[in-house]
Amino acid sequence: MKNRIVPYTFIAPAMLLLIVFGILPIAVALLVSFTDMNLAGLGNWSRIQFIGADNYTALFADPDFWQALGNTALFAVVGVPSVIALSLAIALALNRSQGRFFRALRSFYFVPAITAIVAVALVWGYLYNTQFGLFNYLLSLVGLPPVPWLSDPTVVKFSVGLVAVWRGLGLNVIIFLAALQGVPKEYLEAAAIDGASGLRRIFSIVLPLLRFAIFFVTITTVIAWLQFFDEPFVLTKGGPLGSSTSIALFLYQKGFSSSQFGYASAGSVVLVAIIATITIVQLRLRRSDVDH
Amino acid sequence: MSTTELVTRGGRRLASHPSASRGSRPGRRRGRTGTIVIGALLAVGALITAFPFLWMIFASVKPRSESVAFPPQLLPRNPTLEYFIQLFTELDFGRYLLNTLLIVVICMVGLLLMAAAGYGFAKFDFPGRDALFFLVLVTMMIPGQVTMIPSYLILNGMKLANTLIGIALPMLVSGFAVFLFRQFMATIPTEILEAARMDGAGEWRIFFRIILPMSGPILAVQVVLTFIAGWNSFLWPLIIANDQGLYTLSVGISLLNQQISTNPSLQMAASTLMVVPILIVFVVFQRYVVQGFALSGLK
Repeated sequence: MKNRIVPYTFIAPAMLLLIVFGILPIAVALLVSFTDMNLAGLGNWSRIQFIGADNYTALFADPDFWQALGNTALFAVVGVPSVIALSLAIALALNRSQGRFFRALRSFYFVPAITAIVAVALVWGYLYNTQFGLFNYLLSLVGLPPVPWLSDPTVVKFSVGLVAVWRGLGLNVIIFLAALQGVPKEYLEAAAIDGASGLRRIFSIVLPLLRFAIFFVTITTVIAWLQFFDEPFVLTKGGPLGSSTSIALFLYQKGFSSSQFGYASAGSVVLVAIIATITIVQLRLRRSDVDH
Repeated sequence: MSTTELVTRGGRRLASHPSASRGSRPGRRRGRTGTIVIGALLAVGALITAFPFLWMIFASVKPRSESVAFPPQLLPRNPTLEYFIQLFTELDFGRYLLNTLLIVVICMVGLLLMAAAGYGFAKFDFPGRDALFFLVLVTMMIPGQVTMIPSYLILNGMKLANTLIGIALPMLVSGFAVFLFRQFMATIPTEILEAARMDGAGEWRIFFRIILPMSGPILAVQVVLTFIAGWNSFLWPLIIANDQGLYTLSVGISLLNQQISTNPSLQMAASTLMVVPILIVFVVFQRYVVQGFALSGLK
């Protein structure tokens, strides 16, 4: 009898926490998204009313929601390929030699990935500053006019995106480097003896063998951009005029700045649906890719 | 320690691939020139990548007059620690630092819970195991931005909003770590456990005396990753801590941005305070950090 309970005592504490803060929230979000829960409802649950799909109707009619969604889509469409192409190029270059120098360089590319975004966003904000920032000074050195990095609705998207690309590279470089370890040296040597050039070897041997790693990094990078939050939160608060508001920042503002918990929960449910759809589509593409 | 090990490993790998130095002469020279060019490009890229950190550290010891000067200078002319002192005397960063460390410590307790769960999933057969493990995998796919509002509502319902426990609870366990522990512990031979049971050891004694010591490598990786995650955590503490006495370093820093965009020195001092410990952890435990992140490629 005692033996039957033992395994549950091992998994129970962690399982309980995972269910309460990993699974239950989805159900709560779904439930709350059909209510008008706000600050008053938070204090006194009897003041919460079910309002059917009103939150969803309002959400889809909210220009701010569409702007945030559009920004997030733009970040993802531009950001994902840039991060993947850059990190793949860096990993291939770093992998060219196993010498001391090349291995030491790896750390530099990796460090941004593990430092607090809040802290580094402040540093970037300082670099971007239009009065005494370094970037505009460097531009002035080559005779270019100052750029309103964080105050122009178009430029600001680039500015916050650049910080995220800078941060996102390290992790992917590590994953690609690990995957490159699995490329058999014999293949490359054989190709070299047959006279294949370096680039040819990369495109015909290395990249096809890295297919799974590239696929994996694509999925995680897409999800990371869909969750994009810290950089615009610290650098711009989503401004000017919402032009750098991501969908996660939109949810945060609705939920915690204006305490519209019901409304923000509806947004969360939509975000889950978007992430799930994109992931499933990518998995499907991958499967059909394997079939051929 | 890790650096020398890395270097020797690199050296060994280089030595074990003599093929790099074989081949025809012109080809070899072209290859070597290529490597030098690529190495130089990589070095420039590495400098650019690391530059914001350099700028941060130098600016943190500049007097305000220098940090807002135009044209900006890289090196401080009259270095001062004034702003680090100000963080702890005029601002409440001592408290924030303490809170952050407390959260890291609480997260380490979570590590034990996850190790126990990983062990339970790896070495026991019980009804509902596969279904429960599937739930663990499901939690790995749900992003924090989605669960933040409902988690806040749940904690608020439990009257734990605005407490240190409330901040730490949702960060305590992650499905991914349970998954990694399970994968690792599944490789520990069952015979060892059976022998210990024959000798009359209790199940928890086996866990603490045999399983945990044998799980050194994965524990090391997880301790380092947990430290980094706890130290850097931002969104959740920002949401749940309304009381200034509960702010973490990250929340304190994000508020600096609003108050004093006119004093970059102070901001950079705060950023340095938050970034440098992580840089030190990275340099010392580089191997574990890199391993941990490479493992996340398995996810």
